[in-house]
This record gives sequence, C-alpha cells and structure tokens, in this order.
Amino acid sequence: LFFILFIVVVSARTYADFTPQASFDIKKCDVHKLEEGPPLQAVLTREEGLQYYRTMQTIRRMELKADQLYKQKIIRGFCHLYDGQEACAVGIEAGINLSDHLITAYRAHGYTLTRGGTVREIMAELTGRRGGIAKGKGGSMHMYTKHFYGGNGIVGAQVPLGAGVALACKYLGKNELCVCLYGDGAANQGQIFETYNMASLWKLPCIFICENNKYGMGTSVERAAASTDYYKRGDFIPGLRVDGMDVLCVREATKLAAEHCRSGKGPILMELQTYRYHGHSMSDPGISYRTRDEIQEVRSKSDPISMLKDRMLSNNMASVEELKEIDVEVRKEIEDAAQFATTDPEPPLDDLCNHIFYNDPPMEVRGTNPWTKLKSIS
Amino acid sequence: ALTAMAATRLFLSASPVKSSLTGLTGGTRSSLGLTLLKRSPDRTAEPKAQRRHAAHFTYHPDPAPAQYGPTQKMNLFQAVTSALDNTLAGDPTAVIFGEDVAFGGVFRCTVGLRDKYGKDRVFNTPLCEQGIVGFGIGAAVAGATAIAEIQFADYIYPAFDQIVNEAAKYRYRSGNLFDCGKLTIRSPWGCVGHGSIYHSQSPEAFFAHCPGIKIVVPRGPVQAKGLLLSCIADQNPCIFFEPKILYRAAVEQVPTEAYQIPLSQAEVLQEGSDLTLVAWGTQVHVLREVAAMAQEKLGVSCELIDLQTILPWDTETVCKSVVKTGRLLVSHEAPVTGGFAAEISSTVQEECFLNLEAPISRVCGYDTPFPHIFEPFYIPDKWKCFEAVKRMINY
Repeated sequence: LFFILFIVVVSARTYADFTPQASFDIKKCDVHKLEEGPPLQAVLTREEGLQYYRTMQTIRRMELKADQLYKQKIIRGFCHLYDGQEACAVGIEAGINLSDHLITAYRAHGYTLTRGGTVREIMAELTGRRGGIAKGKGGSMHMYTKHFYGGNGIVGAQVPLGAGVALACKYLGKNELCVCLYGDGAANQGQIFETYNMASLWKLPCIFICENNKYGMGTSVERAAASTDYYKRGDFIPGLRVDGMDVLCVREATKLAAEHCRSGKGPILMELQTYRYHGHSMSDPGISYRTRDEIQEVRSKSDPISMLKDRMLSNNMASVEELKEIDVEVRKEIEDAAQFATTDPEPPLDDLCNHIFYNDPPMEVRGTNPWTKLKSIS
Repeated sequence: ALTAMAATRLFLSASPVKSSLTGLTGGTRSSLGLTLLKRSPDRTAEPKAQRRHAAHFTYHPDPAPAQYGPTQKMNLFQAVTSALDNTLAGDPTAVIFGEDVAFGGVFRCTVGLRDKYGKDRVFNTPLCEQGIVGFGIGAAVAGATAIAEIQFADYIYPAFDQIVNEAAKYRYRSGNLFDCGKLTIRSPWGCVGHGSIYHSQSPEAFFAHCPGIKIVVPRGPVQAKGLLLSCIADQNPCIFFEPKILYRAAVEQVPTEAYQIPLSQAEVLQEGSDLTLVAWGTQVHVLREVAAMAQEKLGVSCELIDLQTILPWDTETVCKSVVKTGRLLVSHEAPVTGGFAAEISSTVQEECFLNLEAPISRVCGYDTPFPHIFEPFYIPDKWKCFEAVKRMINY
C-alpha cells in the first residue's frame, strides 16, 4: 500500500509541479556582415530540456567510456574524444532537421549520435567489430549515417565535400541544407577558402561551422592563425561568433543560419567557441600545452551539461531525481553498448577486399604475391 | 615532451605474433586466398589483443661503423635529430619547419633544436601541407637550406602539386637558372601496427613517377642519419621517408659527427647465390628473417639488397645480383598494382631476361586501402615472403 502511495505521490509531482517552459537569456553573438544576430532570449520547453540533457549526457558518458576502453587496449588506433563540446552537436541538431545534411572532421562521435547512430553501433565501430556503424572497417574517424557524411581523417578535406552536398541540396530543390564543420586548425587550410568562394559564388545552402576549441592539436590559435576571428575569415560570407558551451545559444544561432540558407541568401559562417577536456587524441595527455587549471576552470564555470542542469533546476523544469534517473539510464545504455562492443565478433576476413570498387560481377583483387587473388564483392 | 612520450607508448609493440600458413595447394583462387589469410589456430592460450597487435618483424641492428668517428647509442628519431643538429650547426642558412616541430615534433625528431638554434631557424607552420612545401620551395630557391616536415606521409597529397609540378621541374624549366635543390622534405612513413588508413601509407610509388626529385627510405638509425645528411647536401629536392615503426624500435650505435651515405647506391646486406631479395625501410628486416628461414629450412642462399634510394634507383647493383642468382623477389607494404616493385620487376626482366630462372615475384600489400582491423592480414609479412621464395625455388 505504501509502495503504491509512493508511486502516486511521485507521478503527481512529476506532471503537476514542473514549469512547462521558460525563457533564458543567452549571450549576444558577434556578427560579421549580418544585419542582426540571433535573439537574446531562448525559449526552452521541459521536453526539449530533458532531451538535450539526455543526449549531452550520453555523448559525455560514451566518450568517457571510449577513453576507458582505449586505455584497456580494447579500442586501438586513433580516438579523438568530444567531451566538453557536447553543446555544439546537440545545439546544431536542434536547429536543423534530420533530413538536412552534415559533415564534420575526425572528432565525430557526438555527431554520429545526434544524426541517428546508436551508442551500440558507435562503440562497436570503435572496437572494430561487425556490429559497427561502418561494419568495423572505418574505426573512430570514419562513422556515417543517413545524411551524415562522416567522420573524415584528412584535415580540411571535408569542407569542399560539404559544399558539394549543398549544391546537390539546391539542385534537388528539397529545401535541405548542408552543415559543414571544421576546426580551428583546419581553418588555415587552402581548400577552405576555395570552398568559401565557390559556395558564395553559387549561393549554396551551406552553413560553415568552425568549432574553435582553442587548440589545433597542441598549437593554440594565436600561434597558428594570423586572424583568430574565425567567423570573419569567410570575408564576403556573413558570419557570427557563438558561445559553443551553451546549447541554447548554439541552437538559436543554427536556426538563424538555417533560415538564412533556406531563404536562398547563400552560405553563412558560424564560429562556435568551445573547449575539449581531453587532449587532441588519446595519445595526447592534453596538459603539455595548456594548464590543468585552465581545464578545471572551464569544467567548473562553463560545462555545457552543468549549465543546462542548473537552468532547468533553478526554473523548476525538472527534479534532481529525474535527472539522476536519466543519468542512471544513460550509464546503463553505455555499459550495454560497451559489453556489445567488446563481445561482438570482428568482421569476417572476406571483408578485407570488399567495397573497394562498385563491381558486378565480383572482381578479383591481387594479393601479396602472384598466386593469391581475393574476391571483392560490392 | 609529455605528449610525445604518450605518443610513443602507442607505438611500442607487445609479444611477438605467430601466424603460419596452413598448407598451400594450387587450389581455387578464393579459397587459396582465404587459406593464406587463416591464422594458426593453436595460440588460443595467449591473450587475443597481445597476439594480434604485435610487430611483424624483428629489428636487426647494423654493427657500429668505424670510419665516421665516435659513436653513441641512438634510436631512429634521435639519429634524425642528430643529423638536423649537425646541419643547423654547420650551415647558417638551414631552417627547419613543419607542423609542431618547435616543441620537438610528434615523433620527437626535432627535440631541443629550437632552444639551441633559435626560433627563427626552427619554427612551426600552420596546418597547410601545400603551403608548407610551396613555402619550402621558395625558401630553397632563394638560397636557404630548407628542411620541411610533413607530419605523416599520408598528408603529403595536398602538397603533391607543389612537389611534382614546382619542385621537380624548377631546374628543368628555367634552363638551370634556378633550382630548389636545397629543399628536403621529411615525413614519417609506413605501417605502424594500428595506424589504419591515414597513418600507415607508403606513397613512394606516386613520386617515383616524377623525374626531378629524389626519394630515399632508410632502414635504421645509421642509414637514416647518413642518408638524410646526403639528401640535405644533395643539390636536388629530396623526399626522405622515415619508417615510423622504427622510430623507437631501431637502436644502433650512430656516429655523432656528420657523415654521408651516398644516394642512388643500393646496399648488399647479405651475399647469396640462389635468390635476390630487394626491399627498403622496415621490410628489409622482414626479409632478413625470410633469408634466415630460407637458409635454415630450404638450404637456399639469399642475397639481400636494401634499395635505400627509390629514385633514382641503383639498377646496376640489383641487375648484377639477379644475373648471379637468377631469381628476384621484391617486397613492399604499398599496394602491389603500380607499386615500386613493378618498376624494378620491369627493368630487371629487360636487362636480365635470359638469366631468370623463375618469374620475378612481388610480395606487396593488397590492392585495398590500408585497413584498420585487418592490418595483420594485409601486410606482406615473413610467411607470405617465405611462401614466394618456396615457389620460386621450385619453379
């Protein structure tokens, strides 16, 4: 009886007491060649808040789990973790539709999730198993889902690709756009500027986003770039600088950018000022070019998940227990995924030569000596 | 330094791996291929991770050279640092630049040089390979000894146009008025155990097709220092590929003074009478083991040649050897189609056709992108090479 009463009390509290939505002040965005930036206030509903919280917490826990598995040598190769930058992935996805397109560089686990991948598939891909999102053949840097074009290892090479996708969007007339991400290090690559020119010339619906986490591997932005105003580097492309640690700020800016593109005005550039807690990759401790204090300061003052949590709790949009429950669920999901990723079998050896070309009938691939030929099916 | 230490921990290998081939018959092609790919089933006791992720070769150090002065124990990256140190000391126009070279480089090849020689001689560039090489060509043309670093050979492709169209053709198109001979490009090269698609490539074949540049790949620290100094001194633009898996694994007694090992001269490491083995870089050590196995198990005496310079390559040494033995096996990690073994094979059959006792054998990587999870099956390890030796002997 007591148990039933307890449940009734809890449910009554859940649905009656919480504020359904609230309005929050967000930081003003610096603008370049734009009339005005996004609004200074954002409305967040309870459902949205819980969803963002859950997704960001999933990304966070997933990256930390990947860290753990890497140290146990279950994940090998290269692994670039996204923790600290969750607000970017979640905020961008909140500002666009799943039918839009997105392409990013190698720090891609967060985007794989927001674009429709499951934690199980992502973790299995990290460990190189057949249940992985790229069948175990891609690894950390090469994850793909529908309308998410990776996951690209070569720095800056994904940006012209993104413009191409944007051209297809414009051509096919489905009112879709392409979000094309790159980092502060990649912003100095020549092909980025070639892409700005093409996108602007042909008014492609492309949102260029520079995720500025202040360090290109171990080089701080001041030491790599003559101009660290990455949102202005598009020159003739309008730009805005956004607080990338605030999911609402990112969402509002993305909405503005999406509207700009969809109305046929051409490309737009967004700089998200964000931070990564881990080093560049798992082989980088991340403290030889920045101090532990700096990392601690960002963690305590600007952590995206804490910021959202504080906002929701102080406006009575969720309870501490509810958020804790989400944490527990997320933890379980990650544990299950890690279990799957560790126990799933590796892809079969035949897969070594599959999917090189498109070929029908299957073609032969030369092996390591003249008497071995393997079959390639695609 | 901490970054680099952690990075190098990544490249250390665990216990040796054993893969054996289960009975080669001349069966149907795909089953033959799969048979070759199958690993020996009797090692289930060993932890799976250790078994899979171990080095495919054993490093054989060269004896300490006596003719270049006092020597010191160095590994490959220290030998490179030593060569660069000698260069910066002796040549006031020498500059070193590339991504992250200032703190010492991601493979510690430039540790201490910035402190010693100043930040105007050892400096970082932004992330732009095309810009790095183009800038290097300009600096070389103007008279500075420019040593550019491309962080991984896999990233050299944005600079391909600059190397092939600008650097290689500068002297030719200006009728010897200008040249960028003072340019040397250094880049880590080759498989490393877990590098996967973009950290394991061996692109020497792409550049071998381009007259005007020189391509050099050392097999160990002593060779690396001598060859790098030769490249820097050479009056042609040179690309120096450093096998990254050997950076820590290869330790030798290396002379501390500057010395040069001549370019375009292949080195006969081991004389033999029945079969010639040719390789460069890491693969030389794989073939050393193959030669030992061939002697022990088949009584076959192999002559092992380290090509060292890929372009222009020492045709004379290789052909002379094939005339003596009658059989040739060339091995490299890069994919077999269009790999440099094809060029060697073609030239040798032109020059030594009547001396050949068996078709020339190329044991190379598969025609696939360099795989992540399948690496142990992809690389031309000693078992595949040994199998090729057996076939050639029994031809």
